Amino acid sequence: MEFYVISLLNSLVFGMLLFMLSSGLTLIFGMMGVLNFAHASFYMLGAYFAFQISQFAGFWTALVIAPILIGLLGAAVERFGLRTVHKHGHVAELLFTFGLAFMIEELILLIWGRVALNYQVPSSLDFTIFRLFESDFPVYRLFMLAISVFIFVVLYLLLTKTRTGIIIQASLTHPEGVGMLGHNVPRIFMLVFGGGSALAGLAGVIGGNYLMTSPSMAILLGPIVFVVIVIGGMGSLTGALIASLLIATLQTFAVGYDYSLIDLLAVFNIELGPEPWFPDLWRIKVENTGPLLPYLLMVIMLILRPKGIMGERES
Amino acid sequence: MLGVKNLNAYYGRSHILQGVDLEIRDGEIVSLLGRNGVGRSTMCKAVMGLVKPHGTVKYKGENIAGLPSHAIAHKGIGYVPEDRWIFPSLTVLQNLQLGQKDLKKQSRWSLEDIYQLFPILEERSKLRAGLLSGGEQQMLTMCRTLMGDPDLIMIDEPTEGLAPKIVELVKNLISEIAKRGVSVLLVEQKLTIALKIANRLYVMGHGKIVFEGTPQEFQKNASVRKEWLEV
Ligand SMILES: Nc1ncnc2c1ncn2[C@@H]1O[C@H](COP(=O)(O)OP(=O)(O)O)[C@@H](O)[C@H]1O
Ligand SMILES: [Mg+2]
Repeated sequence: MEFYVISLLNSLVFGMLLFMLSSGLTLIFGMMGVLNFAHASFYMLGAYFAFQISQFAGFWTALVIAPILIGLLGAAVERFGLRTVHKHGHVAELLFTFGLAFMIEELILLIWGRVALNYQVPSSLDFTIFRLFESDFPVYRLFMLAISVFIFVVLYLLLTKTRTGIIIQASLTHPEGVGMLGHNVPRIFMLVFGGGSALAGLAGVIGGNYLMTSPSMAILLGPIVFVVIVIGGMGSLTGALIASLLIATLQTFAVGYDYSLIDLLAVFNIELGPEPWFPDLWRIKVENTGPLLPYLLMVIMLILRPKGIMGERES
Repeated sequence: MLGVKNLNAYYGRSHILQGVDLEIRDGEIVSLLGRNGVGRSTMCKAVMGLVKPHGTVKYKGENIAGLPSHAIAHKGIGYVPEDRWIFPSLTVLQNLQLGQKDLKKQSRWSLEDIYQLFPILEERSKLRAGLLSGGEQQMLTMCRTLMGDPDLIMIDEPTEGLAPKIVELVKNLISEIAKRGVSVLLVEQKLTIALKIANRLYVMGHGKIVFEGTPQEFQKNASVRKEWLEV
């Protein structure tokens, strides 16, 4: 019981953090057709910026300033980079974001070095909010959840209740059609790219101190975010939400199971001989498969339903 | 109002528009006819800035060739594409609201006008536009463009695949549009309504204009009809 409640809470926290990253990525892809490989790099920059800013202005200032800076940076990347590269097609765009991701990583290595930073949870949020059964639940996790739920609500209202939001939604299906009605689509692209980057940055600000702030954090989380938007359906926000929670739950719960294939066979009263083929394979425990599960799910999804849970397009 | 001179356009290496000349005067209904694939839609898209135009596109005395399509829309040109491009996940009302480009400017067409012309759009205003029938989607696309109050509207094959009753509605709407002082370019293939309402006609064949004249002149010219229109 305790395991389920705690794991469920943790899934929710991690899932909403994932959503903060995947929502921007899926919107950018849905509107512009750009798979932004540098998206997780903005997440990483968010954490590094937050560390630097909090050195002299404190965490709360960093919480506001860092995402804004990342957002401006993202908008500039769209305006002066992607928009020009766009004329040469999607492959060029893909390579551009690839290059950008590596550039950001190298810059971080140059400025902050290879070692993980000592970016810590602010002391005002570093205590236990409640004890659940036998374990402590840190207040910071609740804070992360509150921030990401707040962002979710704001994003939802922006997209469904404002004129700009409606224009963004329309651009998901027919950007050309939106432009010819008199809306400045390139400006909307810049806005969405900047907004998506800001959200990724914010995820870095609140996630970097809790998880880890190191030059590998983009590589560690980036692929998972991709998996999320593929499973959710490229371009679908609802899909991204469902998939974020799904992946987070899968990974969180897997950690708690130390069963292996041997245990499964035992249920059916099958026993392996003393020297089975691939002896190690049978002993792999579910708890160790956590990192594998998202990719497995993505591969299965691509075979069974290539457009994802909520995707509109076929490919 | 619109003067197209020596307009060329390309898709990759294929030369689609090969020096098109075409004129639309204030308040006219002009029809652009031609078989499938001759470049009529490309011509509209080149004027609208959706396809890169090479040549001159003069609108109200100003060369607009090369401007982005949102800027061309703000100059006062509207385009109703043949595949309609409705926004399926948005409601009918939201689709119409997206047509407005300037919320402060007084438009010839208010939402009430539109609803009066097509009560069905009011009935379905809260419905997702993707759920409308083909005819209703056609009405919606035309009205969406009207909400932006264009002075010139290019309507691409609006009657294609519609039942005769709906075709009649489309025809009446185009007459109403012209009555309110909007110039119209009506693209057609099968001469469903063009002969009844157009002031002048152009026939296009393989990226060039091959005939220009009044409906009467066109009726008399059997060879043009035979060579460029009938299958
Ligand atoms: N997006 C496109 N890419 C490549 N070729 C196209 C594209 N759209 C149209 N074409 C080609 O351009 C020619 C003219 O097309 P179009 O302007 O749509 O003709 P029409 O509207 O008169 O039927 C056709 O041969 C068509 O195959
Ligand atoms: Mg056409």
